[in-house]
Amino acid sequence: MKTLTFIGWRLLAGVGVLWGAATLTFLVVHFTPGDPAEAVVGGEGAAPTPEVLAQVRAEYGLDRPWYEQYAAHLWRIAHGDFGTSYRLHTPVTRAIGEQAAATVELAVAAAVTGLILAIAVALATAGRRRWRGPASAVELVAASTPTFWLGIVLLTVFSFGLRLLPSTGGQGVASLVLPALCLALPIAGVLGHVLREALEEVLDEPFIVSARARGLGDTAVRLRHALRHALTPLVTMTGFWVGALLGGAVVTETLFTRQGVGRLLVSAVNAKDLPVVLGVVLLSALVYVLVNLLVDLLYLVIDPRLKEAA
Amino acid sequence: MSLVKVDDLRVAFGATPVVHGVSFEIGSGECLALVGESGSGKSVTARTLVGLTGGGARVTAEELSFDGQDLTRLRERGWRRLRGGRIGFVLQDALVSLDPLRKVGKEIEEVLATHTDLPGAARKARVRELLASVGVPEPELRAGQLPHELSGGLRQRALIAAALAADPELIIADEPTTALDVTIQAQVLELLAGIKAEGRSLLVISHDLAVVARLADRVAVMKDGVIVERGPAGEVLTRPEHEYTRSLLRAIPAEHTKGTRLSDTAPPARTAPLTGAAAPRRAAGEVVLRARGVGKSFGGRAAVRDVSFELRAAETLGIVGESGSGKTTTARIALGLIPPDTGAVEIHGRPWTRGDRAQRRDVQVVYQDTLASFDPRHTVARILAEALAVAGVPRARRRERAVELLDLVGLGAGQLERRPLKLSGGQRQRVAIARALAPSPSVIVCDEPVSALDVSVQAQVLDLLEDVQRETGVAYLFISHDLGVVHHLCDRVLVMKDGSVVEEGPVGTVFSEPAHPYTKELVAAIPRLAAA
Amino acid sequence: MNRIGVWLAAAVLAVLVLAALAPGLFTGQDPLAVDSGATLRPPSAAHLLGTDENGRDVLARIVHGTRASLLLGFGAIAVALVFGGLLGLAAGLGNRLVENVIMRLSDVGMAFPELLLALVVITVAGGGTANAILAIGVANIPSYARLVRAQTLAIRRASYVEAAYALGLPGPRVILRHVLPNAVKPVLILATIGVGTALVAGSALSFLGLGTPPPEPEWGSMLSTARNFISRAWWYGLFPGLAITLTVISVTVVGRALRLRSEGRTG
Repeated sequence: MKTLTFIGWRLLAGVGVLWGAATLTFLVVHFTPGDPAEAVVGGEGAAPTPEVLAQVRAEYGLDRPWYEQYAAHLWRIAHGDFGTSYRLHTPVTRAIGEQAAATVELAVAAAVTGLILAIAVALATAGRRRWRGPASAVELVAASTPTFWLGIVLLTVFSFGLRLLPSTGGQGVASLVLPALCLALPIAGVLGHVLREALEEVLDEPFIVSARARGLGDTAVRLRHALRHALTPLVTMTGFWVGALLGGAVVTETLFTRQGVGRLLVSAVNAKDLPVVLGVVLLSALVYVLVNLLVDLLYLVIDPRLKEAA
Repeated sequence: MSLVKVDDLRVAFGATPVVHGVSFEIGSGECLALVGESGSGKSVTARTLVGLTGGGARVTAEELSFDGQDLTRLRERGWRRLRGGRIGFVLQDALVSLDPLRKVGKEIEEVLATHTDLPGAARKARVRELLASVGVPEPELRAGQLPHELSGGLRQRALIAAALAADPELIIADEPTTALDVTIQAQVLELLAGIKAEGRSLLVISHDLAVVARLADRVAVMKDGVIVERGPAGEVLTRPEHEYTRSLLRAIPAEHTKGTRLSDTAPPARTAPLTGAAAPRRAAGEVVLRARGVGKSFGGRAAVRDVSFELRAAETLGIVGESGSGKTTTARIALGLIPPDTGAVEIHGRPWTRGDRAQRRDVQVVYQDTLASFDPRHTVARILAEALAVAGVPRARRRERAVELLDLVGLGAGQLERRPLKLSGGQRQRVAIARALAPSPSVIVCDEPVSALDVSVQAQVLDLLEDVQRETGVAYLFISHDLGVVHHLCDRVLVMKDGSVVEEGPVGTVFSEPAHPYTKELVAAIPRLAAA
Repeated sequence: MNRIGVWLAAAVLAVLVLAALAPGLFTGQDPLAVDSGATLRPPSAAHLLGTDENGRDVLARIVHGTRASLLLGFGAIAVALVFGGLLGLAAGLGNRLVENVIMRLSDVGMAFPELLLALVVITVAGGGTANAILAIGVANIPSYARLVRAQTLAIRRASYVEAAYALGLPGPRVILRHVLPNAVKPVLILATIGVGTALVAGSALSFLGLGTPPPEPEWGSMLSTARNFISRAWWYGLFPGLAITLTVISVTVVGRALRLRSEGRTG
């Protein structure tokens, strides 16, 4: 019951955040310099007649008072209507939908790789004097390397140097390897560092000494007792890794000329195609809210003490 | 035959030796107590017996054996069989010694899974038996709960049950009662005595001689990594031979120490009368602080109910109670930091008034955790200067007065430029007292001011508090869970339970002829040295 | 982290700052000088790090690009610190309503990935170095607002603040003397580390062609062009990225050392 209430509250908070995000996009459209009607018709060079502009204004409700426009804006978004692309002249949802699968594939592959790498390295090296120095150096380098440069280096070595893997997308699983690694490594660097510090803190706790004093081996202590505690900081970093994955996807897709929402976004920014930009951003907020909700639930499993606190 | 033999044990962390040449034996069914203050090396010695001295420790010994087995040659696998299997280890403070995310039963089951061949269902049944055997009511329910759902006493019992699970020959208990309320402490000691009666050997580590007196057959007193005195418990505690043991015993505050000095320090021989900040201002007997029917609730739960008392100049009023009794809330209300829901606190007959600086200065505070009560960026000089500025001392005279204050609390001007982090616990408490004295208050609220200190340092601070009171006439509202300390220092005492005052009166009367059943229970639970 | 590493990192930072202020000290070559006879030359005595597709010296462009790149990192964090800091302080010291409004707004802000929020700002305001700084800065405001608020609240509850009140210090003075200095220091230290991530985000914008426009030298935009020549000129893609990574590592190492020191642990 308490868990249900907790989920209810989190859902409500998520809806609140999305409402705020929708409002923000409305404000952006409203306060962007220039006439939105002109943008709809095709930018500055189009030179539409006043009649056409008036028609567009009426069609998009741009001649209504702001509160009516705001209500209409929220109403449309709630129904999954993010408007029409200025550039592609297709609904934003369709434009994004066509690209979504490729990005999801990349992001999930990178998230899984990054998490496994981070946990494995942290578990193997935390508190072990001989290993922690080199491990933390590698993590530091990984975390400090920009995705786009890492990608260039990977391409130079594996595609053009060793000719092992393709340099662009659309060539099956093989073309996913480099982009996913490129996206995963910097994230693994940061998460690995945080995890290892958390693990080392936990391994100093009296209850760990207690567990050792019961005859438990080092591996059992790490897996059964310490890991669960060390996962907690990862939960608070949800924002970081969701952001890193989505932001990184934009860069990675551009670099590897892969299909995806990220590249759609970059071309939309270049073309000042505001509806698409805002659509993608709104969608990323939705993804963030959903992932956060899932992680919160996972957190309840990790730390049952929260069930009462919630 | 001896179960444990330790000869010339030496432990060093890097270049710092912490144990140099300790030897002892523990016979079958015998209880040995290692007693010492923090830094004496007693816990490290105990952990060496289970191979958990910690990373970077270098352990050497002429002999280190358990049941004839040479521990110095033991590999990790061998240690694991020993730990939990033949030696049970009970750490202090069960709140942090049980995995907070795992069910209590699982922790005990873990021992059974590691050291016995019991199948799953039998393990669960055994866990319940074990919990019941250490006096945990409703073992079925408790086994399925998380540590934070259990009280401190139950957690300690669960931890002992885990140590007993694989039926070990030796139990090592490191400060088994330190974090517990006095009544719970008595119960846990009884439980340990029962374990000894079953024929198991026991190694008890403690800073508290009185705790040890109830359990130990033999006592070894440790100081700075060596054993300075050893012998049968009765002898060491009643006829100590070593000077350190004697000073330790003398330092324990209790009924019979009232009016005597606990530490070796001499009272200050001040010829010149105190001036300024430290000068006495109040005539003895005048009521300086009065609480009338004070009550306070947090989120619908009453923390303090209808508490009334009077505090007179140059008097010390103790408030005792166990955790959750409302004593700290009472202190904060008296300090004017939180307003009471009902009733009022008056300072010199005037209720707390917001923005009245003179009144604010008149009631000062000394905390238990003094390190946290100092701004970490400030030096001692700046800490005192700030307090003196509040008291209206002109800038030019602040340094001189700061030195006076330090002198009053037994510190030299050499401490002025140091930061709290670099001071010892006792020195910090002295600086805290100096800061509290800076605005020449009528009242100092002392919230567990000696609870985090070793007994010898505690003795010095208690002596200091008495000296300061004699010289300045300041009144203390003294909050403590330690009845010995209260008995030693206080003139009158309030006993609190569940937010209410259940008994009050002069300390002698309350502790010798307790009227309320709860007070009786408290007084009966005080650990006493055989001699007292 | 050992001492030598920290000093090395500090030295690298000092060199970078110097290069940003006086690039002429490190290279005699003109970062904009086109030489169509020497395009995409590998490293040699004349061009230590080789040349780009227009025959410009890569080393000179990296050295002269330091200013723009550092400006992106430091500038963005300055923007985030000032606005996020003020909002965080208002939330930490203000009443319930102020706190709630600011925190719910930051909840919304946190839901947008940094780079995506920056792209919205660029879409509206256009590209360029100044706008990139603003974009990354704005995107970081919510997290700094949260950080400052959390820090302020933690210190307001600290025992030494209560002790100061108990001593009779007036409220504003307690905040000025005890709360602010103790809240600001850890935030500044964390911001040091933040400069690294902001620099990466800023150069990512340039990489996407939305930050510093060519031919102005900037590390991210250099990589953006280098991408087209990966198969032919490894040096072109290698060195500007190495400059970014080295800068971020140095900033992080120094930041972490400062943090350890301020927390009383040895670095």
